[in-house]
Amino acid sequence: MSAAFPTAEFPQAVGGCSALDADARAAAAWRALAQVEDPEIPALSIVELGIVRFAQVRSDSTLGIGLSPTYTGCPATEHIESKVREALDAAGVGPFAITRVLSPAWSSDWITPEGRRKLADYGIVPPPPAASWGRRASLAAIACPRCGSTRTECTSQFGSTPCKALHRCRDCLEPFESFKCL
Amino acid sequence: MSGPAVTAQTTEAPTLGGSPPLCRYALRLGDLGLILGQRLGEWVGHAPVLEEDLGLANVSLDLIGQARLLLTYAGEVEGRGRSEDDLAFLREQGEYLNPTLVEQPNGDFGETIVRQVLIDAFQLALYERLTSSADERIAAIAEKAVKETRYHLRYSSNWLVRLGDGTPESHARVQSSLERLWRYTAELFEEDDLDRDMAARGIAPRLADVHGAWSRSVEEILAEATLERPRDVPYSWFGKRGEHSEHLGYILTDMQYLQRAHPGARW
Repeated sequence: MSAAFPTAEFPQAVGGCSALDADARAAAAWRALAQVEDPEIPALSIVELGIVRFAQVRSDSTLGIGLSPTYTGCPATEHIESKVREALDAAGVGPFAITRVLSPAWSSDWITPEGRRKLADYGIVPPPPAASWGRRASLAAIACPRCGSTRTECTSQFGSTPCKALHRCRDCLEPFESFKCL
Repeated sequence: MSGPAVTAQTTEAPTLGGSPPLCRYALRLGDLGLILGQRLGEWVGHAPVLEEDLGLANVSLDLIGQARLLLTYAGEVEGRGRSEDDLAFLREQGEYLNPTLVEQPNGDFGETIVRQVLIDAFQLALYERLTSSADERIAAIAEKAVKETRYHLRYSSNWLVRLGDGTPESHARVQSSLERLWRYTAELFEEDDLDRDMAARGIAPRLADVHGAWSRSVEEILAEATLERPRDVPYSWFGKRGEHSEHLGYILTDMQYLQRAHPGARW
C-alpha cells in the first residue's frame, strides 16, 4: 500500500552537490522556484503567489522546502509539487524534502507586489486586503481591468478556479475575473 | 495493496469499534465534508445557471479538500495503515460518522441553499473554535478551513436572502425547505461521549458554545431573508454515530462504485 499521505515529506536523493554550501543551495532553490509557474495562472510564479514558505538546509543537510496550498481542494497542489521536484532536480540543489505547511494558513495578502502587478497585467484584478473583507463586504465596486470603470457587478463569487470570482463591467460590458480574497 | 477480491476486502475491512476516539472525531469532521461534497457534486451540469454550477462545484471542492486532510489524519491516528482513499471508499455505511443533515437530498436549488446555510454556519462556528484545539494538526486544518468556510457562508447566505426576500414563490419554497431540514440540526449540538471526551481534552469545543454562535448567525440570516425559524422538534437522528437515514446508502453506492468494481484502482 502506498504511504503517500499529503502531509508526508518526500525525500529525494540527488547526488553530486556537496560543493555547494547551505546558503548557496537555498539561494539556488529560491532561483529555481521563482521559475515555477502557477499552472492555473501562468503569468505568476509560485514565489510571487506567496505559497513557498521556506527553503532552508536542515541539520541533516537535507534542503527543506515548505509549500502552502491556496485552497485545500485545489487540484493544482499535486501538480505544483511535481513541478517543484523537477525544478529542484534540474537546479542540482542536493537532497531535498517538500513539506506541506497548513499553519499559518496561506493568505492572498502574501502575493508579492510584483505578483499583484503581473496579475493585473494578465487581466485578473488583484485581491483586496484580507482584513477588509467580511460576509457583507461588497464585490461590486471592483474596478474593471480594461476600462477602469467602477460600475461593475459580481456575476459569480466563484470562477473557473478555486481562487477566482467572475465580474462584468457595466460600461465596457466586458466580463473579467478577480482574485478572491482569502 | 495486493488486490484481494472485493468480498474479501469488505469483510476484512477493520471496523471503527476499537478505533481511538481522536480517529473517530476526525472522521466526524471529515465525513461531513466528504458526504456534503459528494452531494453538491450532483449539481454539476444541472444547476440553474452556469455561475451557480461553478459556485456549488467550488464549495464541493473545498469540502472534499478539507475531508482529505481529516481522513488522512484519521488514518494516521488509527495506525492500521488506512489511507484517505481506503477510508473514503472502503468503509461500510455504519462506519460513516457524518451528521444526517448533509446526506439529505439536494431538492431544488433553494433546498440545497437552505441545507448549505445551516451547515456553513455550523462549520464556521466549529472551525473558529477548533483553531485553538489542543491537537496541533486539527488546529492547523481548522485554520485553513475556516477561511474557506467563511466564503461558503457568504455565498449561501446571500442566496438565502435573495430567495427568502424574493418572490412569494421563492419565499414559500425556502421556508418549506427550512421546515423540512430543521429537524436534522439538533444532532449537530447533541453532545455524546465522544464529544465530551474531546472537549475534556481540549481538542474540541463544547457543543453548547458552538450552538450559541450558530443560533446567532442563523437567526441574523433568517431575519434578513424574512424567514421564520422553525420550532425545534424532538431529536431522533444519530448520523454522527453511524446510524443514518435511508439516503446515505445511495450516495455510497455511487461514490464507492469504482473502488468496489476495481479494487485498488488509482489515477
